[in-house]
Amino acid sequence: MAVERAQQTRRGFFRTAGSAAGAVAVLAAWPRPAWAAPADQMAESVKIVSALPMTGSSYGQTVTVVNAIRMALEEAGRMAGPFFVEYEAWDDATAAAGKWDPAKAAELANRAAADPNIVVYIGHFNSGAAKIAIPILNLANLVMISPANTYPGLTKPGKGEPGEPDVYYPTGRRNYTRVVPADDLQGAVGAAFAQTLGARSAYVIDDTETYGKGIADVFVQTAQRLGIRIAGRDGIDGKAADYRAVATRIRAARPDAIYFGGITQNNAGKLVKDIRGAGLNQPFIGPDGILETAFIDDAGDDAEGVYVTFGGLPISAYTGAAADWAQNYKALYGGNPEVYAIYGYEAAKVALDAITRAGVKDREAIRDAVFATREFPGLLGTWSFDENGDTSLTTMSVNVVKRQPNGKLDFELVQVMEAPQ
Amino acid sequence: MDFCAFVQRVLPPPGEGMTGCEFLAQQLLTGVANGMLIALIAIGYTLVYGILEMINFAHGDVYMLGTFAALTAIQLIGLRAPRRGEVPSLELYLALLGVLVAVMLFTAMVNVTIERLAYRPLRRAPRLAPLISAIGVSFILMNLGLFWKGAAPVNFPSFIPRIDILNDWLKLGTTVYFSTKDLFVIVVTLPLVVALQLFIRTTRIGTAMRATAQDREAAQLMGIDVNRTIALAFLLGGALAGAAGLISGLYNNTAVFTMGFRAGLNAFTAAVLGGIGNITGAMLGGLFIGVIAALSDGYIGARWQPVVVFGLLVLVLIFRPSGLLGQETGQRA
Repeated sequence: MAVERAQQTRRGFFRTAGSAAGAVAVLAAWPRPAWAAPADQMAESVKIVSALPMTGSSYGQTVTVVNAIRMALEEAGRMAGPFFVEYEAWDDATAAAGKWDPAKAAELANRAAADPNIVVYIGHFNSGAAKIAIPILNLANLVMISPANTYPGLTKPGKGEPGEPDVYYPTGRRNYTRVVPADDLQGAVGAAFAQTLGARSAYVIDDTETYGKGIADVFVQTAQRLGIRIAGRDGIDGKAADYRAVATRIRAARPDAIYFGGITQNNAGKLVKDIRGAGLNQPFIGPDGILETAFIDDAGDDAEGVYVTFGGLPISAYTGAAADWAQNYKALYGGNPEVYAIYGYEAAKVALDAITRAGVKDREAIRDAVFATREFPGLLGTWSFDENGDTSLTTMSVNVVKRQPNGKLDFELVQVMEAPQ
Repeated sequence: MDFCAFVQRVLPPPGEGMTGCEFLAQQLLTGVANGMLIALIAIGYTLVYGILEMINFAHGDVYMLGTFAALTAIQLIGLRAPRRGEVPSLELYLALLGVLVAVMLFTAMVNVTIERLAYRPLRRAPRLAPLISAIGVSFILMNLGLFWKGAAPVNFPSFIPRIDILNDWLKLGTTVYFSTKDLFVIVVTLPLVVALQLFIRTTRIGTAMRATAQDREAAQLMGIDVNRTIALAFLLGGALAGAAGLISGLYNNTAVFTMGFRAGLNAFTAAVLGGIGNITGAMLGGLFIGVIAALSDGYIGARWQPVVVFGLLVLVLIFRPSGLLGQETGQRA
């Protein structure tokens, strides 16, 4: 009896599942929303996609980047020269990982490469994901504009691992650009800032990812040049339950400052908790990978006093065009943009400008037009791409987590710095 | 003192801030506190394995749900963490005790429900079927956690004050740091484990569990309700996972939906290391893994921790396939 009943339920379940699958198919076949349909049916359309981690704690940041991209497209009336510009926001993260996922990044890159309508690929957010996508898109001659990758080895010869960046460009032609300054500048600013705090030694920790280890390496190089002794170096496992043993190592090494290269999603909050919990009150300096509300939420009260460098300016330090833009953003989307949103806007502007200048629906021509971007009137100043596809902007900022009058912790600008050479 | 000179030479600390002996003692203490937590989860694995010979891969995720449930309960009754330097009230700890009981009940029910829905229908199926089912349940629970608290690690308020016992209370003047928080983990975990041992060794239900573990059919012939006994094993395992969840929240002060995976892996390793099916073995295995992980972090570097822990597991299994205390249940291996 029991078996029969179980089978019946199972059959019943499959029937429901079948109709659910049908519903999904119907949804997929549903006509596109009005804004995605060409305004002028005569205009030929091209497509821009963005690939950013939109599942997991990066969402708070990336959703503002996507909003900013939409904003740039709407301002241009969704037109670039003779073309109507379609846009899709893709997600390179999975729920299981809680952050970007290598398989997902490869899948998105392959999907983009295979769709002839896609002419510009805005992404990725994480340098590790970009490493995977760049070679795939390189073979398809599809240009990438990253609003957030800062790992130097993606573009700069001699600034990353041996063989970089050429390993990412199998065709021998560059197809990757970024509108943010890279970490060879940001890591250096971290070290220069440690020096201004009077640090004579520093303990360096990284999260063993492309971005985190890369920026920590730059910190070490610059620190040594500035005469700061490296008291110790550790790589942490972002999924470990605690870092008390690491904190003990730091205690034994007695550094004047602690530097962490890594991202919030690799347990930066817990690391700070265990370091402060071990009675270590030295300045803790981190890169822009922890410059997000999610970091403060996780680290709680121990976030107070943490310094964070950033390859740009915090929203509160925007002036002129950037300040107006932030105000517009707020009026359109309610909340404040996060720090990378402005680069999403900039990336979309560059894409529209390049498509207009190219004037043809041709990936190679658009790629060359992106690389030819010079004296671009951006929100954070006028800048150009160099031959590596890097921005000529070098303004960096140091921020600190501070208790605000309303009792909440938030980032505050400490100082604007130019990267030391 | 000679011993410390020896340690200083053989295991030099990574800096001048601590002596060799202090550094070693610190890592051992950290390892024991972490190990207790691993042991508590490991016992849940071993309890179920002992009776069903099935690895309940969802166990780590039940532990995660325990932390989340505790966090939700704390927010619901509006408990406020004491500020730095503030002496916490007795009412606060009574409330936390209430939360502990509620969380243990909740995770026990979750675990029993899982057994009823996902494992019992497969009890006569080939051994791989319940294993796959367990992995499936693990994913379901993980996504439940994702839905519940979101993807980012969340802060778990700090209810246990952090007082330096060795320096502030005992006035030892050492750099070794053993706080009330570390003591708390050990003090709360030990009675739970001892109570479980007593329960299984001395009560009638415990005897029924051991009988079912030895020979299910024979136990049934002796009039033991096997289904109920198995459900009870899941009930106990779930309750312990819930306790571990709350203790971890109070000790580590962070919670994330993926925490059950790594904790479960460590605990499962501990259970195998101690001799799976053996409760004392799981306890020892947990402590062993905690200490080894801390020593590896301290002397080799944190990035090598999984390599050292799992390398050691491989070595132990080569020389003692049934684990450190595997003989007692040798016939089950």
